[in-house]
Amino acid sequence: MSGAHHFLTEAQYGDSLVHRLDPRVKIMGLMGLTVVSVSTPADAVWAFASYLGVLLFLLGLSRLPLVLVLRRVALVLPFILMVAVFLPFFGRAGGGGYNVGSVRISGAGLLVLWNVTAKATVGVTAMTLLASTTSFPELVAGLERLRTPRLFTLIVSFMYRYSFLFVEEFRRMRRAMEARNFQGRWLWQAGIVGHMVSSLFLRSYQRGERVYLAMVSRGYDGSMRASAPLALRRADAAFITGLATVLLAVRITA
Amino acid sequence: MEPAAVDIVDLHFSYPDGTPALCGVNLRVQAGESVAVIGPNGAGKSTLLLHLNGILRGQGQVCIFGVRVQDGTLREIRRRVGVVFQDPDDQLFLTSVAQDVAFGPSNMRLSEEEIARRVHESLAAVDMQAFGDRAAHHLSFGQKKRVATATVLSMQPDLLVLDEPSANLDPRARRQLVRILRGLPVTKIIVTHDLPYAYEICERAVILSGGRVAADGPIDDILGDGELLDSHDLELPYGFAVAGARS
Ligand SMILES: Nc1ncnc2c1ncn2[C@@H]1O[C@H](COP(=O)(O)OP(=O)(O)O)[C@@H](O)[C@H]1O
Ligand SMILES: [Mg+2]
Repeated sequence: MSGAHHFLTEAQYGDSLVHRLDPRVKIMGLMGLTVVSVSTPADAVWAFASYLGVLLFLLGLSRLPLVLVLRRVALVLPFILMVAVFLPFFGRAGGGGYNVGSVRISGAGLLVLWNVTAKATVGVTAMTLLASTTSFPELVAGLERLRTPRLFTLIVSFMYRYSFLFVEEFRRMRRAMEARNFQGRWLWQAGIVGHMVSSLFLRSYQRGERVYLAMVSRGYDGSMRASAPLALRRADAAFITGLATVLLAVRITA
Repeated sequence: MEPAAVDIVDLHFSYPDGTPALCGVNLRVQAGESVAVIGPNGAGKSTLLLHLNGILRGQGQVCIFGVRVQDGTLREIRRRVGVVFQDPDDQLFLTSVAQDVAFGPSNMRLSEEEIARRVHESLAAVDMQAFGDRAAHHLSFGQKKRVATATVLSMQPDLLVLDEPSANLDPRARRQLVRILRGLPVTKIIVTHDLPYAYEICERAVILSGGRVAADGPIDDILGDGELLDSHDLELPYGFAVAGARS
């Protein structure tokens, strides 16, 4: 179906040891890796190399096609780096620096750029690994069992579930407009686009209202009960203790 | 004597914007009956349906199995009245089919085992037992419709209310749903303007028109009266004849 549909549903690719880990363990482990990486001093280059090493090891275990992972990382990373790229030019004098022609590049700024790049790469790769080996329902279930407030996980599920309908609705509307020769190229057509957006908003709002009525009809009273607990297996325990040991060792010596 | 499944006396309702939708509805449905509520668009069918479980509350009296719909009884009423909405996407909002079917029972604070049992039974009742782990957006429209029905069956309602069950279904999905609905041993109220569909499932028909009950009787009599249908903007499809059409 649509592009968005594809992007979201194909997120889980294949099956492996990593895929089969408990979602809680994956969330904690990979979030933990990200947090530890963020807290590492920028000049501990080898620490970042170790973090990436751990990620590459897990990627290997997950048997995900490397191209797929790189594509996903490449999709997110530029947005983060866009900001960082300009930092060296704005850095204050001092802390060493270089002159390239008439442009002064500050040493402190360069360090900041490296810092952001290294941490963003680790974080984005970790999240990509998580998202590529965990289905959405599993992810939500994992968050729930980690005591994420039910309200939050419910909203996230709603967004996921209805994003498909939203995209479908948007495409239907656009098709209906194209069928009447709308091309959306000219500025004066911005009004029409605005109308389309407000109409989409209204439809989503009405949808929300109907969903709520259907929930109330089935006895919903504002509280949701959590579902059955997941049981941790040996592989899960091994994963989380192994990862924690490596991370702590690297972080303490960094 | 067993109380009537539905007993509506002089029900009036206007939407907040002033649109009068129900103007004095009287309706009594006995336990075990299957009743079709038919009528043109805007007749007030959906509005009436939302009164059956107290989502909307008008002036007048609505009793379900002898229990009056009012503040203190809503919980009990919503357990006994299962409403299947017109658009299944409104009813399936969780990440898997099984979770959606479990939603009602878990609101009823049933035990995990009981919930699991009901999920299984309800999905089996609509021939969808193989789809528990599926996400709703991967289902066809007809499948969604059946799962939406299961989300209500899992609460084991005594009265099943369906709004336009045949809307947007292809012939095969339509037939499947007819078969499933006919097999369910509960009191049924089916809101529709699809007359052949009503004919296949119900033995009694009520015409709602302009917010009032305009006719009420055996479905053969109602659908056999061309003039009556005509005067309420209803019509049978070309070539459809009531006599002998029932299988
Ligand atoms: N949310 C609403 N706000 C205002 N008017 C409404 C609303 N829903 C329905 N109506 C109006 O109430 C009347 C009955 O509507 P409805 O019960 O949906 O009819 P039916 O289901 O028979 O097509 C119509 O005139 C409709 O326009
Ligand atoms: Mg309606």
